[in-house]
Amino acid sequence: MQKENKVVLNVENIHKSYGKEKILKGVSFTIKKGETKVIIGPSGSGKSTLLRCINQLTIPDQGKIFLENDEVTHHKKEINRFRQKMGMVFQDFNLFDHLTALRNVEIGLIKVRKMDKLTAKKKAMEELKQVGLKKQADLFPAQLSGGQKQRVSIARALAMDPKVMLFDEPTSALDPELIGEVLEVIKKLALAGMTMVVVTHEMGFARSIANEIIFMEDGLIKDQGTPYKIFNNPKHERTRKFLNKITELYGRS
Amino acid sequence: MNENLAVIYQSFPFLINGVMITLGLVIGALGLGFVMGIPMAVGQVYGNRYTFGIISFYVWFFRGLPVLVLLFLFYFGLFSLLGFNLSAFAAAILVLGLRSAAYQSQIFRGSIQSLNEGQMLAARSIGMTKIEAIWHIILPQALRLSIPGWSNEYAILLKDSAVTYAIGVMEVLTRANFIATRTYRPMPIFLTCAVIFIVLTYGGVKLLDLLENKVKIPGYGEER
Amino acid sequence: MDTIAFIREILLIPLLEGTIVTVKLIIFSIPLGFLLGILIAVGRVYGKKIISTFCAIYTLFFRGSPLLVQLFILYYGLPSIGIYFSPFVAAVLGFILCSGAYHSEYIRGAIQSIKMGQMMAAEALGMSKFQAIASIILPQALRRAIPGCSNEVIYLIKYSSLAFIVTCVELTGAGKIIASRYFEYTLVFLVVGAIYLFIVSVVTKILSMLEKRLEIPGMG
Repeated sequence: MQKENKVVLNVENIHKSYGKEKILKGVSFTIKKGETKVIIGPSGSGKSTLLRCINQLTIPDQGKIFLENDEVTHHKKEINRFRQKMGMVFQDFNLFDHLTALRNVEIGLIKVRKMDKLTAKKKAMEELKQVGLKKQADLFPAQLSGGQKQRVSIARALAMDPKVMLFDEPTSALDPELIGEVLEVIKKLALAGMTMVVVTHEMGFARSIANEIIFMEDGLIKDQGTPYKIFNNPKHERTRKFLNKITELYGRS
Repeated sequence: MNENLAVIYQSFPFLINGVMITLGLVIGALGLGFVMGIPMAVGQVYGNRYTFGIISFYVWFFRGLPVLVLLFLFYFGLFSLLGFNLSAFAAAILVLGLRSAAYQSQIFRGSIQSLNEGQMLAARSIGMTKIEAIWHIILPQALRLSIPGWSNEYAILLKDSAVTYAIGVMEVLTRANFIATRTYRPMPIFLTCAVIFIVLTYGGVKLLDLLENKVKIPGYGEER
Repeated sequence: MDTIAFIREILLIPLLEGTIVTVKLIIFSIPLGFLLGILIAVGRVYGKKIISTFCAIYTLFFRGSPLLVQLFILYYGLPSIGIYFSPFVAAVLGFILCSGAYHSEYIRGAIQSIKMGQMMAAEALGMSKFQAIASIILPQALRRAIPGCSNEVIYLIKYSSLAFIVTCVELTGAGKIIASRYFEYTLVFLVVGAIYLFIVSVVTKILSMLEKRLEIPGMG
């Protein structure tokens, strides 16, 4: 796969505290077009907060974010423009409960990208088809399984044609037998060349799609490298300990 | 501005006496509503079809008619018809009380029905009669649960007491109007009147909140 | 004169005229009061400090004081500073302002019960706060607020009788006038009461049909 050298996302020295507690203590990384970076680490290490700082759902105390060399952090008023170019998938799906699956995917196109209804509907149906949910288009979230809900939420994010996709523990809230269908979709996306940052506990999955794995603990990046390097030859003892624990829990896959 | 403040200052004692009347109305009506509401609630939950029907009709009637209509109907109409010679104040307490009973009965009924079925079963199984079970087991719990709804009823009654102006009760609003028409300064007087009600409303609700924390049963000393 | 004749010849027309005024009063006040409630609730939850505080004080005043006092201020008080309203307008204004405060509390509670994730997802798509509130939050919150707001609508229908006290002759007022002229309080007010009960049942039916129409599987 031809990888261009263009940097898509630049995360520089992000600090964030909630009251007295410092969650992020200076996190930086970059990601190039087509790359998939997977962030792993114990709970409380700041992974989700970091993701939300990237699209400014959480405003960092310090640090900068650049999307294709455009500074995101400085533009409070134009943040919506940037958010359109970043797709986010949440652990709790956060589908709009009062809208059908189709409407959930459409609404961003109509309200934010100002598409006309016909074009929006066509595109939305196409996205739903891509995640395998064409038949469920007119169902409401309450009528869908967890895995289906998450796939709709992926379709909703993809419909906006983002430059980068941010996945915040996309399978953590799913029953085990539903995890596979969602991982399938994400894997397909990675292979198609989407630039992605994925926070996950699914180690086997991480190994198979990541160009680079980032290990976070206590608000800092403690280790990063290719999956091979991290899993077989981690730099830090802590990384090794964590991986062992996870492998114990989830098994090697 | 100074004249406005002076008017408020001078009329204050007169208005405060009105507060006594207002509180008398509210406490009287709450009490009457409480004393009637509990048996009504019990009757609806544990009684037979007929009790349920009659009480439901009462509730429907007293909740469905506007307060003003009830006051006119009873004070000018029914009381005269039945030969009762009540003062406006007494009539107001009676009417507001009968109406409050309708609302309170539904609050208590909701609380009773929210209790676990097992409570009654357990009470019966240790040999209590239905009445004993209701008195010793169901009501102590249901009443505590009812405090928030009851607090709401207090707030509503307090505000409805102003409507008794229409039958001439000398409560706060009536007095405020009396002063306003004589001093030609309606704004400061009516605003003061509003503030008095606001203080009474939120003050009372706060007190009831405290009561809820102490888990006391409100209205117990209110026998009339 | 016997009861039926009395009702037919003397009571009916004035009461009907009064009922029309009552209907006019509520036709304006109910939707506008509800809309005001939405504005106040949104201002209270999402507005900046100044707006939020204003909405809180507004609600405190209009829910803490009696509707009748508010009507007095509007109709008898304002003229002293040069603002004159007709009885009908004063009444409608009072009803809107008062009922708006009550609606806003129900709607505010509903808004606050919507999961934070809904707002986050909307913003993540690039929606502005306004779009998110209008397309995502309110459609859900308003559905949840229906029971409370329906309750308030019924209350307003009954409290519309207070318009009479500021000299707007609606149903209750029409009744009082006839009753005091012919000294037939009991009969007249039983009929007046029956008409209110009828209006309330019709509106309750309409509201319940509305609630059914707006139902969404899995919500509320």
